[in-house]
Amino acid sequence: MTAVLSIQNMTHYFGGLKAVSEFSFDVPEGVIYGLIGPNGSGKTTCFNLITGIYTPTAGKILFNGEEINGLKPFRIVHKGIARTFQNLRIFNNLTVIDNIRVARHFTTKSGVFQTFLRLPSFKEEEAKVREEAMGLISLMNLSHRATEMAKNLPYGELRRLEIARALATKPKLILLDEPAAGMNPKETEDLMKLILRVRDEFKVTIFLIEHHMKFVTGICERVKVIDFGTTIAEGRPEEVVKEPKVLEAYLGRKAVVC
Amino acid sequence: MGNLKHMKLVMAGLIFYVVVQVLSLTGVLNGYFMVIINRSLIAVIFAVSLNLINGITGQFSLGHMGFAAVGAYVSGTFTTLLFHLNPHHSLDYLGFLAAILVGGVAASVAGFLIGFPSLRLKGDYLAIVTLGFGEIIRTILNNIPYVGGPRGLLGIPKFSTFTVIFLFAFGTIVLIRNLVQSSIGRSMLSIRENELASELVGVDTTRYKVLGFVVGAFFAGIGGGLLGHLLQIAHPTQYGFYASALILIMVYVGGIGSLTGSIIAAFSLTFLTEGLRVGIDWLRDTAGVPIGTEWTMVIYAVLLILIMLFRTEGLMGMRESKILIIKEKQG
Repeated sequence: MTAVLSIQNMTHYFGGLKAVSEFSFDVPEGVIYGLIGPNGSGKTTCFNLITGIYTPTAGKILFNGEEINGLKPFRIVHKGIARTFQNLRIFNNLTVIDNIRVARHFTTKSGVFQTFLRLPSFKEEEAKVREEAMGLISLMNLSHRATEMAKNLPYGELRRLEIARALATKPKLILLDEPAAGMNPKETEDLMKLILRVRDEFKVTIFLIEHHMKFVTGICERVKVIDFGTTIAEGRPEEVVKEPKVLEAYLGRKAVVC
Repeated sequence: MGNLKHMKLVMAGLIFYVVVQVLSLTGVLNGYFMVIINRSLIAVIFAVSLNLINGITGQFSLGHMGFAAVGAYVSGTFTTLLFHLNPHHSLDYLGFLAAILVGGVAASVAGFLIGFPSLRLKGDYLAIVTLGFGEIIRTILNNIPYVGGPRGLLGIPKFSTFTVIFLFAFGTIVLIRNLVQSSIGRSMLSIRENELASELVGVDTTRYKVLGFVVGAFFAGIGGGLLGHLLQIAHPTQYGFYASALILIMVYVGGIGSLTGSIIAAFSLTFLTEGLRVGIDWLRDTAGVPIGTEWTMVIYAVLLILIMLFRTEGLMGMRESKILIIKEKQG
């Protein structure tokens, strides 16, 4: 298996604080890869570095062998990395279908003049974007909501909408930032099934951050545990959770003795 | 049958045009009212184009009339020159149309220049820059003797008839509506909604912010050109901060992001301004209350505060009238 994402000695400082320290790891193609660690351990910072919101202080990020650090976030999306956010970032005052259509926009070529005059080439493109968006909507079981304002959707549907929006950019790698946050056990289970289905149907690699241990052990094929910006364990989830260092990071020293 | 989708809007425009034209020809609407209607239509152009920048793209421009000034002065200079060079006045109308477009293009160049700081600035800071821009334009115009300096650019030929202004206003509404309800428009809306998320679904946010300014400024320039050729004068004071603020109030009263709201507010507030002027004159001359027309601005400030307190989203909120929505095939 080749690595879709390869991170080499990535380091990032916030002023004097070393938020991420010499990270090196590979995300193999087609796997569901989990990044776990206690609060403030640098997980979201890691995602922000990969998606170009921050530029790493040192080190390299390679996507399909191509260096992407320093690129603007939207260019990284065009290369094939999409993400969702820990606290949803939905376009609240747009309809569900428009939320998804925005993510297809960069594939359209119509300029201002074609749009002003609604030329046939423009209409053709718009029809295609609409069709693709409707496809994703039905896949996510949101068809009944297509023309509803996104702000009116319940939380679980918003989570699905955000994943649909990420998929609409036709990514090769999806970063999911705590996808199960705020979900009840039933919703979490549905989400696990959905993520597996997305991986298989869209042939994407999934890289996720999660606190929910059951979730991680349930679907991740590989996990990496970090604390204070450094790696403390990596491997198959059922092995990693038994490592004393991991238990210590999560539960404190005493718990290990017990 | 694709045209059927546009029928309602065309019908509405046609009815408006015919009704006003008939009332004007039969003398029900005298010249005074026609001037107010013409100014309302120009205000529609200003408000709708400002809405593209402030309401759709979510930036904050306080210097919209600066763009209008560029359009008015450039096109006014163009037609006055043309008048002198071409004493036979052949093809004057073509020259006028070209002048209006040149004015629009000049304004959009200004929009491009002012759009650049918007790459780095947000909210209040951007507002201050655009406010400064409007004032800079005004000051520059005040100091160029060639365009009349503080006296203003006089003797602009009168080309802006009701028909011309109506066609431009209608065209502006249709084109901006087409833009908003497209991939480009949705990208602009997504910047307003959440800039970071917009960038992370692949929208080149910088590009679309600048595009918002360029297109908005273009139409403001067109409106300015029409205003110059209606009043036959372009004067620096017409394009100062108060004028920009009035357009801004129209956009907020109508509803940020709603073209319908901007159209309604442009008409209502233009008529209201005129009504207040008449009312204040009466109070001063007949009732002897010592106030002047500058009090209209006080009333608008109160209006804006009331809107902010009781109807934050404006008259229309973000809703559009059905006739302005392009129908999409279901399924």
